[in-house]
Amino acid sequence: MSQIHVTTTINGDTTEYLCNPEDTLLDVLRDTLRMTGTKEGCGTGDCGACSVTVDGRLVCSCLMLGAEAEGKSVETIEGMADGEELHPLQTKFLEHAALQCGICTPGFLVAAKSLLERNPDPTEEETRYWLAGNLCRCTGYDKIIRAVLDTAAEMRQEKSNAA
Amino acid sequence: MRYEAPETTADAVALLTGEQGIARVLAGGTDLLVQLKSGRLEPDLVVDVKKIDAMRSITAEDGGFRIGAGVSSAEMSEHDGLCAMWPGVVEAAALIGSTQVQGRATMVGNLCNASPAADSVPAMVAAGATIRIVGPNGSRDIPVENLNSGPGKTTLAKGELVESVYLPARPAGSSDAYLRFIPRTEMDIAVVGVGVSLTLDGSGTCTAARVGLGAVAPTVLLVEDAAKALIGTKCDEAALDAAAAACSAAANPIDDKRGTVDYRIKVAGVLTRRAAAIARDRAEANA
Repeated sequence: MSQIHVTTTINGDTTEYLCNPEDTLLDVLRDTLRMTGTKEGCGTGDCGACSVTVDGRLVCSCLMLGAEAEGKSVETIEGMADGEELHPLQTKFLEHAALQCGICTPGFLVAAKSLLERNPDPTEEETRYWLAGNLCRCTGYDKIIRAVLDTAAEMRQEKSNAA
Repeated sequence: MRYEAPETTADAVALLTGEQGIARVLAGGTDLLVQLKSGRLEPDLVVDVKKIDAMRSITAEDGGFRIGAGVSSAEMSEHDGLCAMWPGVVEAAALIGSTQVQGRATMVGNLCNASPAADSVPAMVAAGATIRIVGPNGSRDIPVENLNSGPGKTTLAKGELVESVYLPARPAGSSDAYLRFIPRTEMDIAVVGVGVSLTLDGSGTCTAARVGLGAVAPTVLLVEDAAKALIGTKCDEAALDAAAAACSAAANPIDDKRGTVDYRIKVAGVLTRRAAAIARDRAEANA
């Protein structure tokens, strides 16, 4: 079977890989590129553990072929912290103990970052709907929602202080 | 499996026509990739249509909007003109799956997957949408309700694909609405879905209406009796009751884990009534 050569951008870096036509972007990230921060939960788009953004759009990487990433810009959990400095969402997830086993966490963080980029001041209801496609079987969600809302408040405060 | 991403519809048609084995079109992929994963489908060829310009855009046309087969629900929700003219169609597309799924899922994919419970389809049927089919013998436009012949079955011939869906222009005093019932608040498949589109004249009398009913028959239904119950009325309580009764009468559902036959027949009426009232109120605001 002939492999497909793909050139894409991942977390700002130009990246090339070979993939089989049926490989999902999730397969490529985890198995080919060894970027295992993105998790596989269901593999059918129900759980959101494999969330990434593609050209700024939040998607499940299990519902997209690796070949489709040609010429796109992909952002994964590995691109979230700035070196050793955690993203505010990551800091707040730790503060609020918004994780237990951690399998859903990268997906929640990527999805929540995408929400706050579009809506810096979401209501609790908007946050819960935005994250409805991210399943967590440990926390019961409340700590996650509080961590996201707390991050949003802090980022707004920092922005107004800087202005 | 081969993967191809042609840049023109003609090239996509040539690929689909030339494939001897099983060929599938990839738009958003939110149904197709699940079928690949499960092993239920093992295609020889997948044709990704998202590099085709005509399938990537929402364009104003003759006072309405043409939406390409590769346009996601999320892109529709962000289009102000479309949201103003066809709020019911947009809200239906925005109910499909999660935020992640809406970033990829398309209305044409939702239609061609041919699930009787597809959320965007009753809204498109109510809207009087037409689809543009392109194939080896050229292109043709047909009403959206004529595409599917049963669960998972379309009437597309070999080599044909749907390039776009067209939502027509609307007179003043028009609007639409879509409601579905699911046992939870998000992320589920419709027990019943109802789309209503209508036009009111200056006195508030309904001059045109269409009602699409989903998840209660092998294909989404255009319920003409429900439209007749609204046309010529002020969409008052009696007219809403009559439209509801018409949809309950048209429903021919199955029992499954999401709802029984009796329950679905009842809910078909309740949702018709509520969706018609929302469409009426929106139309009044547009008068």
